[in-house]
Amino acid sequence: MAEIQQQDKGGGKGGKKRAKKMSTKIDMTPMVDLAFLLLTFFMLTTTFAKPTVMQMTMPVPPKKDDPPQELPASNAFTILMDEGNKVYYYEGLLKEGEAKPELIPTSYAADGIRKALLERKRRDPKTVVLIKPADKSNYKNMVDILDEMNITDQKKYALVKISKADEDLIKTSGK
Amino acid sequence: MPKVKPHRTSPSLDMTPMVDLAFLLVTFFMLTTKFAPEEAVVVDTPSSTSELRLPESHVITISVDKDKRVFFGMDDAKPKMAMLSRVGAKYGVTFTAAQAKTFSNLSSFGVPVQQLPDFLSRDNEQRKTIKQPGIPADSLNNQFIDWVVEAQAASRKEFGKPAYVAIKGDGVADVPTVMKVIKLLQDKNINRFNLITDLETKPVAGK
Repeated sequence: MAEIQQQDKGGGKGGKKRAKKMSTKIDMTPMVDLAFLLLTFFMLTTTFAKPTVMQMTMPVPPKKDDPPQELPASNAFTILMDEGNKVYYYEGLLKEGEAKPELIPTSYAADGIRKALLERKRRDPKTVVLIKPADKSNYKNMVDILDEMNITDQKKYALVKISKADEDLIKTSGK
Repeated sequence: MPKVKPHRTSPSLDMTPMVDLAFLLVTFFMLTTKFAPEEAVVVDTPSSTSELRLPESHVITISVDKDKRVFFGMDDAKPKMAMLSRVGAKYGVTFTAAQAKTFSNLSSFGVPVQQLPDFLSRDNEQRKTIKQPGIPADSLNNQFIDWVVEAQAASRKEFGKPAYVAIKGDGVADVPTVMKVIKLLQDKNINRFNLITDLETKPVAGK
């Protein structure tokens, strides 16, 4: 396009009126506007297309003849999630006929469960976290807790179905 | 001293290279963009700090919405057709070529296989208005796991590896439904899967 303009200037049209000369130029501004609008649109739509994911690997179910692995109570740390975004934790295991561990209510905030996890991890690096979402809790709570595992770099954890005893513990604690 | 005649340049800018570049980029982005497919169900995913991205292709998406409905989606068209005929054969449902074509374009669905032919023969607008009941996934009528197993088999045959399994749960979806889905997958020896989440900035641990 630039060449065409040059030709017109150098061409033998010297005697012509000025107005004619101007008309050969194309105003590209609207076209450029449109081009950049489209460019911006496509750039923005491509960037945000892929959602993020959280890797989750569940343990392979044990074979029939494998002896069941016992988790020592000293390494256990249980997180219970209840309805209404409530979260509790206790240390040790809940066993029939033994003293019940103390149930401590906490929150999903940074100084809640995360602090407890970090503190526990410092005390005992071999901690295994048992995550037990109650039936009334929601999926967001589950993702939040799994996310806390990533944040606190807790490698050993398991997603376990909540037991009757755990539910009773929440109920009797009244917190 | 000869008078230096200033070279009179045109005040208007030559925009040609800029326009060239702009259109080149437009073309590039137009061709590479894959539009987000229309979802059959609105799922508001919770956020996490994970920065992993969903793989580009070979993904099976299992959506769980807030009404405990389970939806199934697959992105590869070819194994999807194979999966459809396999699952159809199992339940004695046959599909026409047109229905199979529609099915391969569908991003996700949530109807029992018996209702699927009727659902597929409707046009796009009608399909949107239908309330999909979700795929049956209970112990009496477990069509959901058949879809997953056949999808994995078809994907393995087509690409030599099973598809990624991604679970897309709504933030207020109830845990028993999600746990049931996970349990069913584990029963079929699928122990590695992804949970689709929104990105959230990572807090520094210990502060």
